[in-house]
Formats: sequence, structure tokens, C-alpha cells
Amino acid sequence: MNDFYIILTASLVASSCALLGCFLILRRMAMVGDAISHAVLPGIVLAFLFSGSRDSVTMLLGAGLIGVFTTFLIEFFHKKAKLQTDAAIGVTFTWLFAVGVVLISIFAGKVDLDQDCVLYGEIAYVPLDLIISPSGTNLGPKAIYVMGIVLVLIIVFIVAGYKELFLTTFDPAYASAIGISTSLWHYLLMSAVSVTTVSSFESVGAILVVALLIAPAATAYLLTDNFKWMLVLACAAGILASLSGYYLAVWLDGSIAGAIAALSGIIFALAMVFSPTHGLFFKKLRQVAH
Amino acid sequence: MNSLAEFFSFADPNIRYVVVGSVLLTASSAIVGTFTFLNKRSLIGDAIAHAVLPGICLGFIVAGTKNPLVLIIGAFITGWLSLIAVDFITRKTRIKEDTAIGLILSVFFGIGILMLTVIQKSGNASQSGLDHFLFGKAAALVGSDLYAFLIVAVILLVVVYILFKEFALMAFDKAYAKSIGYPVRTLELILTSLIVLAVVIGIQAVGVVLMAAILITPAAAARFWTDRIVVMVLLASAFGAFSGLAGAYISFVAPAMPTGPWIVIVISTIAFVSFFLAPKRGVLYRLVRQNNIRQTINNENVLKVMYQLGEENKNFFIPRHLDEIIRRRKYEKRALQSILRRLLHQGYVEQTGNLWSLTEEGKKKAQRVVKIHRLWELYLTTYMKIAPDHVHEDAETIEHLLTPELEAELEKQLGYAKLDPHQTKIPYQHE
Amino acid sequence: MAPDTNVPALEVHDLTVAFDRKPVLWNIDLVIPQGKIVGIIGPNGAGKSTLIKAVMGILPLSSGYTKLFDLPLNDVRGRISYVPQRESVDWDFPASVMDVVLMGRYSKLGLFKRPRKADRDAALDCLRKVGMEAFANRQISQLSGGQQQRTFLARALAQQADVYFMDEPFAGVDAATEKTIITLLRTMAQSGKTVIVVHHDLQSVTNYFDWVIMLNTRLIASGPTQETFTQDNLQETYGGKLTLLADVGDLIRRESFPQREKKL
Ligand SMILES: Nc1ncnc2c1ncn2[C@@H]1O[C@H](COP(=O)(O)OP(=O)(O)O)[C@@H](O)[C@H]1O
Ligand SMILES: [Mg+2]
Repeated sequence: MNDFYIILTASLVASSCALLGCFLILRRMAMVGDAISHAVLPGIVLAFLFSGSRDSVTMLLGAGLIGVFTTFLIEFFHKKAKLQTDAAIGVTFTWLFAVGVVLISIFAGKVDLDQDCVLYGEIAYVPLDLIISPSGTNLGPKAIYVMGIVLVLIIVFIVAGYKELFLTTFDPAYASAIGISTSLWHYLLMSAVSVTTVSSFESVGAILVVALLIAPAATAYLLTDNFKWMLVLACAAGILASLSGYYLAVWLDGSIAGAIAALSGIIFALAMVFSPTHGLFFKKLRQVAH
Repeated sequence: MNSLAEFFSFADPNIRYVVVGSVLLTASSAIVGTFTFLNKRSLIGDAIAHAVLPGICLGFIVAGTKNPLVLIIGAFITGWLSLIAVDFITRKTRIKEDTAIGLILSVFFGIGILMLTVIQKSGNASQSGLDHFLFGKAAALVGSDLYAFLIVAVILLVVVYILFKEFALMAFDKAYAKSIGYPVRTLELILTSLIVLAVVIGIQAVGVVLMAAILITPAAAARFWTDRIVVMVLLASAFGAFSGLAGAYISFVAPAMPTGPWIVIVISTIAFVSFFLAPKRGVLYRLVRQNNIRQTINNENVLKVMYQLGEENKNFFIPRHLDEIIRRRKYEKRALQSILRRLLHQGYVEQTGNLWSLTEEGKKKAQRVVKIHRLWELYLTTYMKIAPDHVHEDAETIEHLLTPELEAELEKQLGYAKLDPHQTKIPYQHE
Repeated sequence: MAPDTNVPALEVHDLTVAFDRKPVLWNIDLVIPQGKIVGIIGPNGAGKSTLIKAVMGILPLSSGYTKLFDLPLNDVRGRISYVPQRESVDWDFPASVMDVVLMGRYSKLGLFKRPRKADRDAALDCLRKVGMEAFANRQISQLSGGQQQRTFLARALAQQADVYFMDEPFAGVDAATEKTIITLLRTMAQSGKTVIVVHHDLQSVTNYFDWVIMLNTRLIASGPTQETFTQDNLQETYGGKLTLLADVGDLIRRESFPQREKKL
């Protein structure tokens, strides 16, 4: 049963990340996603201090805010201080992450977080934190509920705003020309990324979220030319990585999150070589055939 | 401040190691990072920093101990591998560069974490301390570490010193560097190797995640103070060194504090201060400057109104009441008063009771503004074919802006015309 | 909507647009009547795309205003369509031709509503007009340059607008596509639509356009092609920049000068 809980949690995290990742990579904002996933750390620590617990609504709200704040800060440094974008990203997220780590050490006694958890999470402990009903029945791990709700929210967000997200991603100039606010959808998407990052944080850590944001989406991008299929395939790639990653970690007795990230990379590599449409192998084959 | 004195006496050899080590690491990373920054490859530095982790683990697995040389070689290999992978993915597939960087960064890091956790559970006693690479261990540097750092730092400095001209030109204009026959590809290869080397030693101070900061942030801060590459490199290394020193000091007074993050916080603070306060490029400087410009504009506009009133009366020096000015151009009374007081202070107007009049100096200044206004209107109608009733707005801005050189050029191009498009006389100084 | 055919389709008044404070369009004044095919011509970097984007509200204006059918942009957005430069989007994007053309229906659909059968039919109809009905389900990454341009055109048509702004629709397309497009534009103009096209091939100007706007940072001329597309005006448009104007523009940027002083 524990195996199942862990794999289910990882799959939920992977699916949420994969869905958002599709938009991020098509908008060329992969590194902004990376930055947000680091930058939410101080928000998490502070929300922890104020609310005294991990999975509170405060934390999600705080996270949404700090994610938007990060994007805003990057834009501020770029536009107002005239710093080039790549440097603006690098300076912003390292600073916020450093602040987060220092806050953890300052409040070491009060905050139940440690540095390793920050990096690669504690998904192995997911089955320990159970929800028990008043009558004493075991309702399953809390993380599954949290991640399930987040996934549902993300799906609702994408379904409801599909048109707008699709258009502002493909052709922002046309979108503003027909009166759709590109910056509104930009910030909504960034908030969604922050909320996902924060809620996934416990399971896979701040850094490995990035692997799940980018790798499955990139894999799907090489497999299909249809955006809806891309969303589906990205989820599938993420779930496959979670499943195989878990068993690899168990076999090697190592970090589950690390193994999932490693396998999401391997799945990408396979797609890169063997994708029927865009794979290097078939491209070569077609070249030879010509 | 006992601790300060104790720290800076460097009597304790441990303090010496930590200080020398941190300063060496941060300063040399900053120097190499300056070129990364100028080549707009800041995030590549981040990718390399994450990608060295599996190499370090590999080095450990091969050597069975934490032999610094083997670890560095391992790190060097995977660091390079990550770059090749990013390059390969970007060239051979339709994946864009930022995605490739994020992908390689996180996947390599994941592999590293997996290996690290496997090693930790393997029971090999000498593995303890390997996880220092995650968050750095500047506070725990010992003598033997220093030799490795020193060697690498010297290599970095010597190569940068020898190839400075070439690196600078490449950062400035790669196409040009190629056209005059520089071996651009080789130089890039060397620079990238230097970045990998800098990362390999730098992560021992601040760790994998924050490495990007000590590469880029000093350069970003330095950029705000200078336009010259030499000065920028020196400044960046000074900023880097200072943050290394500050980090070492903080971990000396508060041993529970993580040194790496503190180094990053210090260097980031320097950067933020620079973004805001640096002369010329800083945000605050530009705000202040805008405000000064706005004041100048207000001053000149009031002078202009008084001049125009003078034109009507054929006497420029009649003392006037505030209302007279306000009738011509809308001002709040208080605002107008404070503008006039400023002008009084500058010697452009005189006050008698509650009446104000232009001085000779004030008339001269006003005349120049009016002249440029009318000349510019004429320029717009003659050269840009803009209708005479549309040129006023633009001239309202330009009249405050032109330098004496452009003013002379404008007069010349218009042949010292006598009348503006509205058939009003253009006043020249000598008349 | 029965548009009053007497009001101008487009009025640009005293328009200045700046990047980083430096004006790239300077005091543009022009009026375009309805039902015309209008060419915007000028050298590279003249500000042709900038003019269109400013009118469409994609770029902020430093001064002046624009009106369409004598109304501000926001009141008539539904009647305006835009065809961006083909290179402005990533054609590797995972979308089909139909997906792209349906975007033309989004502004009519509003938030949360999905395209219906009627929208698909309309989109298909537009694809037919540009000769692309057979490609509806093709992925856009597989299109040739000409087909990409036709797709963009079909998307604009699907909007059923009254004014169309097109940025270089003839750039890099095959002769057949060019012919299809110009025939289509003529049909549109005949039914009272106004089409404003950025164009770079001087050979075809007199043949294609009823009206030309000649631009090089400043407006050189705007008027019926016969009278306006003259050797003198061409000389002025392509005969280099006004150096004084360029110097003043640089000065504005260097000095962080406010674009227009705020009236107290
Ligand atoms: N986003 C931008 N930032 C800064 N300058 C720009 C930007 N877009 C265009 N420009 C400048 O504005 C001028 C006009 O550009 P554009 O309107 O694209 O010219 P055209 O379409 O006539 O070739 C050019 O000098 C260009 O360098
Ligand atoms: Mg253009």
C-alpha cells in the first residue's frame, strides 16, 4: 500500500507540473519556472512560521503571491534597472533561495524543514502523514488529497482558460490586438506555477520540481504536433517517470525524487531518438531512404 | 567588537583558511563570471553548477575517497557533458535553448542526488561531507583544500590575464572577432572550461544551487558602475571577495549560520544597492535626473511666458503679477511661486513686492528657449511636412532639450530663418 | 452594423511612438478613407510595423491618438483585424491550421466559451477563400511560407472585421499565393472593407494599392497612389534619414527626457 501511495502522490505532482510545463516551454519561460521553484522557499518558511503548519491555505496563498512577486522582480530588474533577462533571473532566484535557507537556519527550532528536504523532498514519508476520520478509519495520506486538489484546480484553470492560454502562448501580439490581456494570463499562469511548486515541494523538493515541469513537457513536444495531445502525453511521461523512478529508487536504495528526475531525463532521451515524427533515428532513416 | 578584532587578527589558522579560501573562491568565480555575464550566458553557469554533482559522486565512487583531484576531474567531465548535451538538444531537435538548459540542469541534478543518496547509504565512512557540495562548506575549509583551490584559482587568473583582450572582444562583438581571424571556437572552448573550473571550486563555498549567484551577481553589480571591461572585472572580483570575507566573518560569529547563503545575500545586497544607487545607470539616479529635468522644464516655461508677455508689450522687463502669468499658462499659484523663487535664486528674475520681472540673464535664457521652439516648428513643417497647427506640442519638449551644437546645426539647416510657420518672428541673440 | 461610409476608416493624429524614449515614429498625421487597399511603404526600420502595432494598441503611444471610424480603439476592436508578420510566431508550435483560424473567432466568443460548429464552419469558409480548405487538419509546422501566410489571412478573415492591418503579407511567399492574396484583397475592398498592408516591393505598388502611406520615421506622404507615389516622394522616403532628427532622438534617450511634458 505504501508503494501505491508514494507512486500516486508522485504521479499527481508530475501531472500538475507536466500540464503547466507545456505552457512554460512553449512560452520560452522554462527558466522562469526554474526561478519560481527556487524563489518560493522564503515564502514557505515564512508561511510556516505564521501558520505553524505545512499544508495550510496560508502557504498556498503566500506561495501564489511570492511567485508573482518573483516574476515581477525579474521584470523590474529587466525593464527598470535595464539588466539583461538571463542575469535578472539568476540574480533574483539565487537571492530569494539564499534568504530562504538562512531563514531555515535562523528558525531551525521552529520550522520543521531542513536543507536536504528543500532540495529533494521527503516523498518516502508521504504514507506516514495520514488523515484519520473521527471514527478512526484511515482515509489515506494527506499529501494525496493536497496534490489531488491542486491537480483538479490546474485542470479547471486550463480547461476554463484554454482559448486564452493557447492564444497568448502562440501569438501574444494578435492576442492583445483582439483585446485579450496577455499580462493577466501571464500572471495567472505564474501563480499556478507557484502554487504547484509549493504544494509539490514536500514531496519532491524545490529543485526536482523543475525536472517535472520541463522534462515531460519537452518529451511530449517531440512526440506530437497537437497541443491537446501534448498535454496528455506530458502527463503520461510524468506518470511513467514517477512509476519507473520509484522502483529504480527502491532497487538502488536512493532518493526517490532524484530517481524520478533521472528517469524523466531518460524518457526524454528516448523520445528524442525514437519519436516517430521528430526523433533523430527516424529522421536519419528518412534521410537515408531519400 | 571583540569578535571583529579577533577575526581580523587572523591569529587562528582555521580563520585564515576559511578567509583565504572564501575570498579566493568568490573572487575568481566573479572574474570568470563577468565574461559569462557579458556573453549573456548567465544561466549556462547555473546549468553547469547543477551538472557537476553527478561528476563529483562519480569521482568519489571511482576513487573511494574524497580525493580533491579526482572529484574535480569527475566534476569537470559531467560539467562539460551537460554543456554538450544542451548544445546537442538545441541543434538537433526543435527544443529551444532555455528548455534544454532547464532540462539538463534538473535531470543532471536529479542523477546527482540519486547517486549521492546511494553513496550515503553504502556504508563507506569516508563519504561524510560529500553533501557539503549541496550547500557549500566555506566555514569548514581546511589547509589541504586550499592547495587545490589555489592551483585552480591561479590557472583561472593566468588564463584570463593572457587572453583578456580576446575574451573582451568576443563578449563585445563575436562576429567582428571572427572576421578579424580570432579562433572564436577555441576561445569559447577555453572560456567554457574556465567556467567549469570556476564552478567546480566555487560550489565548495556556496554549493550547487547558489553557485550561479557568485558567478553572475558580482558582474551584474559591477556593470552598473562602469562601461569599461577592465574596471568591471576588477570591481566584480572586489565585490566577490568582499562577500566571501563577509560570509566567513558571519560564520565565525554565528557558527550555526550557513556560510554559502550568507555570501549570496551579501553579494545580492551589493547588487541591489548598485541597481538603485549607482551613478548614471542606477534607478534612483535616473529618477533624480528626471526630476531635475522636470524642474528645468518648469523654470524655462515660466521664463518663456514672461518673455512672450514682454514681446506683446515690446518691453521685456515690466514687473508682472502672478495672475498675469497664470492667464497665459495654467499653474497652481503655489507651484508657480516656488518656481519663481527658484528662478530668483538662480538670478533669472527679480522680485519687487509681489511683482516679478525678468533680469537680463533671464531674458537671454528665455529668448533661447523661444527661439528653439520656433525654429523646431519651422523644421517640422519644412523638413517633415507636418501641418503648422500640429507642431507646437513637439516643440514644447524639444525647446528644453537641444544642446548648443544641435541648436547651431538647426539654425544653419534653416538658413537663419526670420519667421516661424505661424509668421511669428524668431528672436536671435545678436539682434 | 451598417458602417457609415463617410467617416474615415483610420485617423492618426499627431502620433509619436518611442522605444526607450527614442521616437521611431514622429508626429504622424494621416487619414484613410474606407474601402481602400492601402500600402505602407518605407525602408527597413522606418517604423511601418510600429505604426500598425501602435494603431492596434499593442504598443504604448508617447503622444497623439488614433481613431477608427471616428471612435477610440476599444469601442471598435471587434471591427479591426490584424495579421502579424509571419516570423513573429513560432511555427513549430503544436497547432493545426484549423486551431489557428479558429483564433479569429475568439474575440466574438468571449471568455470560457468554446468554439462551436458554426465557428468551425465559418473558419472552413475562410480557409476556402484562401484556397486552403484541404489543409484544415494539417499541422502548422508542415506548412510552406505561402501556406503559413494564407493561414494567417484566413484567421483575420474569420474575424469578419471592417479594417484589416497586415504586416508584410507578401514577404517570402510564392507567386501563386501572392496572386490569391491580392485578388482576395480586391474583393474585400469592393465590399467596403479597408485593408492596410505593409509592403516592400516597389514594383507592384501602383498595381496593388489605391492609396499609399510613405514613411520613414516621419510621414513623407499619404494619399491616392497616382498623386502620391512620385519620384520625389520616393527619393525622400528612401534617401536617407534626417540626421538632425536622428540626433535629437538619440539625445532624448540619452537624457531620459520625458516624451511630452506634463501640463500642470
Ligand atoms: N521592441 C523594440 N525595442 C526597441 N526598438 C525597437 C523595437 N521594435 C522596433 N524597434 C526599432 O524601431 C524602429 C522601427 O521598427 P519597425 O517598425 O519594426 O520597422 P519596419 O517595420 O519599418 O522595418 C527600428 O529602428 C527598430 O530598431
Ligand atoms: Mg516590419
